[in-house]
Amino acid sequence: MTGFSTLLYKELLRFWKVAFQTILAPIVTAMLYLLIFSHVLEERVQVYPGISYTTFLVPGLIMMSMLQNAFANSSSSLIQSKITGNIVFVLLAPLSYLEFCAAYLLASVIRGVVVGVGVGLATVWFTDLPLMHPVWLLALTVLSTGILAALGIIAGMWADKFDQLAAFQNFLIMPLTFLSGVFYSIHSLPPFWQALSHWNPVFYMIDGFRWGFFGHSDVAPGLSLLVVGASFVAISGFTLLLLRHGYKLRY
Amino acid sequence: MTAALKVTGLVKQYRQARALDGIDLEVSRGEFFGLLGPNGAGKTTLINILAGLARPTQGTVEVMGFDVAREYEQSRRALGVVPQELVYDPFFTAREVLRVQSGYFGMRRNDDWIEHVLHNLGLTPHADKNMRALSGGMKRRVLVAQALVHKPPVIVLDEPTAGVDVDLRQTLWQFIRSLNEEGHTVVLTTHYLEEAETLCERIAMLKQGRLVALDSTRNLLSRRHGHQAQLKFDGEPPPSLGLKRGQSSCWLYGFQEYVQLETLLAGLRTAGIRVLEMQLIEPDLEDVFTEIIQNA
Ligand SMILES: Nc1ncnc2c1ncn2[C@@H]1O[C@H](COP(=O)(O)OP(=O)(O)O)[C@@H](O)[C@H]1O
Ligand SMILES: [Mg+2]
Repeated sequence: MTGFSTLLYKELLRFWKVAFQTILAPIVTAMLYLLIFSHVLEERVQVYPGISYTTFLVPGLIMMSMLQNAFANSSSSLIQSKITGNIVFVLLAPLSYLEFCAAYLLASVIRGVVVGVGVGLATVWFTDLPLMHPVWLLALTVLSTGILAALGIIAGMWADKFDQLAAFQNFLIMPLTFLSGVFYSIHSLPPFWQALSHWNPVFYMIDGFRWGFFGHSDVAPGLSLLVVGASFVAISGFTLLLLRHGYKLRY
Repeated sequence: MTAALKVTGLVKQYRQARALDGIDLEVSRGEFFGLLGPNGAGKTTLINILAGLARPTQGTVEVMGFDVAREYEQSRRALGVVPQELVYDPFFTAREVLRVQSGYFGMRRNDDWIEHVLHNLGLTPHADKNMRALSGGMKRRVLVAQALVHKPPVIVLDEPTAGVDVDLRQTLWQFIRSLNEEGHTVVLTTHYLEEAETLCERIAMLKQGRLVALDSTRNLLSRRHGHQAQLKFDGEPPPSLGLKRGQSSCWLYGFQEYVQLETLLAGLRTAGIRVLEMQLIEPDLEDVFTEIIQNA
């Protein structure tokens, strides 16, 4: 247990020591999205009856920020350690692959949550967001950031250089998060894109998250939880498998 | 008693290179063991497999009786490795690094031992500086300290003194020697052969992934048969005495047994030649190493 908690502590310290970049910067980015999109669309778009566009937008922005930061945390920590070589200190220690995975995962989830709470608090000035199902929100947050944290571990293990990691981020993570209905309801999409969105797990994270705030969603919330939960089990299981074999860590 | 290290039929095949080609090796507890070989011989690969950083293609490796693959937790606890590369974590001070490393090994309260290690490696004045601010030599010391946080019974140092000042070498060897005297097994790879000669009781020589020699340091040194003396005279010795001309008006005399020196001196007296200087030249590990590596 001490091994795990030390690695977790080290991972938390790593982003906390540079909180300006790792926490404040993403909050500012989310606020810029909010300012611009709500300014342009507030009067024109109403997705659900009785809910303003800004209120509609905020949960998606919070979730998107959490996801991107959970991914960025584990992936950049791992690739930095690999490139500088100091990953050996962890690899030489008697930590099990389970402890290794849990520490990186949890640290990234915590970073995601800290950013998410920051974005949420910052938006209080813009809109009055109800909190209908807080426990539900918490569960969905942990599972969703957990998925991206695990993807970050996979990407960090796989990439040998920073530009490979950037490719993973630009060609997989960014499209998945942007094409998930953060800024719109997928019902406003043409049928093809609507059907495609249903294959994107991030869509369920955001849709389910909205339901937790104001009780409206595109698909049934149970389905969202099911998809997100199943994705978490599958991806974290796959991550554990890779770690057990020491994929690209122990060659 | 189980051996400190036991390597059986070890093969490591990288995509192109066969880094280790069938190594069998046992290091007893408490030994000071040297692992020598030219660059690319496979020394680091062997150490990486001991540490679980690399996986064997064939064969098994045990540390203090624990299989490095199946019982990795115990085997890693038994092993302290100083890596060849000068790596460090730029987020921490030296002391924080040692606390974190202790934590990885499951130790919460380790400050007394950490202070002891810091002191013995001459790190105490630098303990609260960020790793980035330390010189290369100081970073190397922290690397040694990190390998020792959990008091491992087996300590492996992969070229710890490469490109390092004399001061650190002295400090390091003094400390490592004292740990060896307390019962820790020490395995060392180094490019400085005189270091291996003075420190190691037993030596393995690797070449292209194979063991080409494995013997006590004394036996290896005596492999170079015979001795040599270097002399200076006040005249020209007769050729019958079997002396060879050396550098700067010196003469060299090769012999197997020390009694042969008496014969030589008697012959010189008969010829009326006086000895001005005499020096015995003992073979060193460098000669043996070069010979073994070339002939292997
Ligand atoms: N990660 C690796 N991938 C491919 N080849 C490697 C790797 N590590 C070492 N080698 C090769 O294995 C051989 C032994 O290298 P190494 O163990 O570093 O030798 P030494 O430490 O004795 O100088 C070399 O030919 C080297 O190129
Ligand atoms: Mg080496």
